[in-house]
Amino acid sequence: MNTRGISDLAREIRIQILHTIKSAGMGHIGGDFSVTDILATLFGSVLNVDPKNPNKPDRDRLILSKGHAAVALYSTLALRGFFPVEDLKTFAKPLSNLNGHPNRNKVPGVESNTGPLGHGFPIAVGTAIGAQLAKNGSRSFVIMGDGELQEGSNWEAAMFAGHRKLTNLIAVIDRNGFQQGSPTAKTNELDPLDKKFESFGWEVCIVNGHDYLALHKALTDPQTKPRVVIAQTTKGKGVDFMEGKAEWHHKVPTAEQYEAALLQLGQQ
Amino acid sequence: MSKKLEEFDNRIIFAKTLIALANEDSKIVVVCNDSVGSSNLTEFRDLFPERLIDVGIAEQNMVGVAAGLANAGFTPFVCAAAPFLTGRALEQIKADVVYTRTNVKLCGMSPGIAYGELGPTHHSIEDIAWMRALDSLPIVLPADEAQTAEAVRWAANMVGPVFMRIGRYKVPSVSQGQSPAFIPNKAMRIIDGSDVTIIATGTLVSRAVAAAAELKAEGISARVINLSTVSPLDTAEILAAAKETKAIITAEESVTRGGVGGAIAEFVVQNHPVPMKLMGIDSFAPTGSATFLLEYFGLTADSIVASARELLKHGK
Repeated sequence: MNTRGISDLAREIRIQILHTIKSAGMGHIGGDFSVTDILATLFGSVLNVDPKNPNKPDRDRLILSKGHAAVALYSTLALRGFFPVEDLKTFAKPLSNLNGHPNRNKVPGVESNTGPLGHGFPIAVGTAIGAQLAKNGSRSFVIMGDGELQEGSNWEAAMFAGHRKLTNLIAVIDRNGFQQGSPTAKTNELDPLDKKFESFGWEVCIVNGHDYLALHKALTDPQTKPRVVIAQTTKGKGVDFMEGKAEWHHKVPTAEQYEAALLQLGQQ
Repeated sequence: MSKKLEEFDNRIIFAKTLIALANEDSKIVVVCNDSVGSSNLTEFRDLFPERLIDVGIAEQNMVGVAAGLANAGFTPFVCAAAPFLTGRALEQIKADVVYTRTNVKLCGMSPGIAYGELGPTHHSIEDIAWMRALDSLPIVLPADEAQTAEAVRWAANMVGPVFMRIGRYKVPSVSQGQSPAFIPNKAMRIIDGSDVTIIATGTLVSRAVAAAAELKAEGISARVINLSTVSPLDTAEILAAAKETKAIITAEESVTRGGVGGAIAEFVVQNHPVPMKLMGIDSFAPTGSATFLLEYFGLTADSIVASARELLKHGK
């Protein structure tokens, strides 16, 4: 695997996220940066997808359940050629295809209209079952925020995927430790997350969510059960004054912060 | 006075039609919530074990899984008791199915007050109002066996989401040999008349037909429309009713607020106002069987007749 290529893609994604959010004056930059390396690894080295044929039946499915990280997904899709990078400038502008949350019917490469939390996981269970019925080798991936796991629908999906032993399904948890206002541990503790998934019939892989090699291995190793990849990430990753700060959940950088962030990202 | 008509359980023809469709098309699958028995799907499961996905008692997951199956190229029929399908999984229906425009067929089994004595938790009287609020979701309420078979076949062959109600208790045929019995997006005028129009849905259609016969004996000419598709509304037929008859009665096994009566009233008041009476179930029901509750809420031929007399008296 070419980690250099993945890290270049991740850097470009972060720069596009920064431009896009600064230009729109809105966005969820903290969660976008925490999930960037996961998206870069998936789209750079794991997913069987074709930007020129985004609906080919046997494609792998990536469902971004944390739909508020739309700008990270849009930036990734644009850089991978699903639509022009230029279009990112329209994000959140009146009548843009690029809404605050992704729309499958307007944006090539988006699989489902996510936004309300706890929706992506059941959908990915459905695409995984569909691939098994169709016997076409398609794999399904769902990316969730950690706070999102407080939604009960996820555990309905986890229980059923475990029961069906879906070996073509991987759930990735962007475990940045924060939800909108405060740490997940303070709001409604998720740990021991690994034991919860194990008891639901899953194999668990805990990785550094910014380590491309570790992510790649976790996302491609053969499975005997559905797999959860608990990706330990840092909210705001890549810009030192944003890292681990709850207020950067959806804060927009000032002109000075923008320049400072751009400088840091350019040097990575 | 009239001889007892033969009655049919629409769930039986529903299941038969699904099996026929599944034989023709390998993309037809069923998703349910521990509802194989109540949805009459035992035979389907025996014939197509891999294509019946029973998620257990988990409606949010059920609808999400169906959306995923549709994304994977399948045509899922979600078969679940109407109150739990539409109530518990409303946001999944909104976001994963209707907004995403996935090819999911939502089949609300045993709707209205079909579960009688089980009480308001198990009654589905709000489903039509909830589904009607969603953008461009077809809502189909087959009134009898023939309509159920044709509507299910239509739903399987059109691409996009649909919500349909499949009744539990037996009802007589109202299609009276008409072919087709169900026309998509069209209201079915099954009796013509010039004094008053009765627009009925689902289980209430046969009662509207009986009411028209009683009114005829009194010299009142009642038109009966079987509104088997509530969304999109057949506005031409409703406008004709408003212009050509003096009053409109709506009859449904659901709340009229936002329900079928609400839909008709919204259109009539903006286009050709006429006196109206909305008949439905606008409160949580007391204990009783479905038959008792239909009487209790005045959803009978006699009550429809009384409403017609009252409206025409005021209209003069």
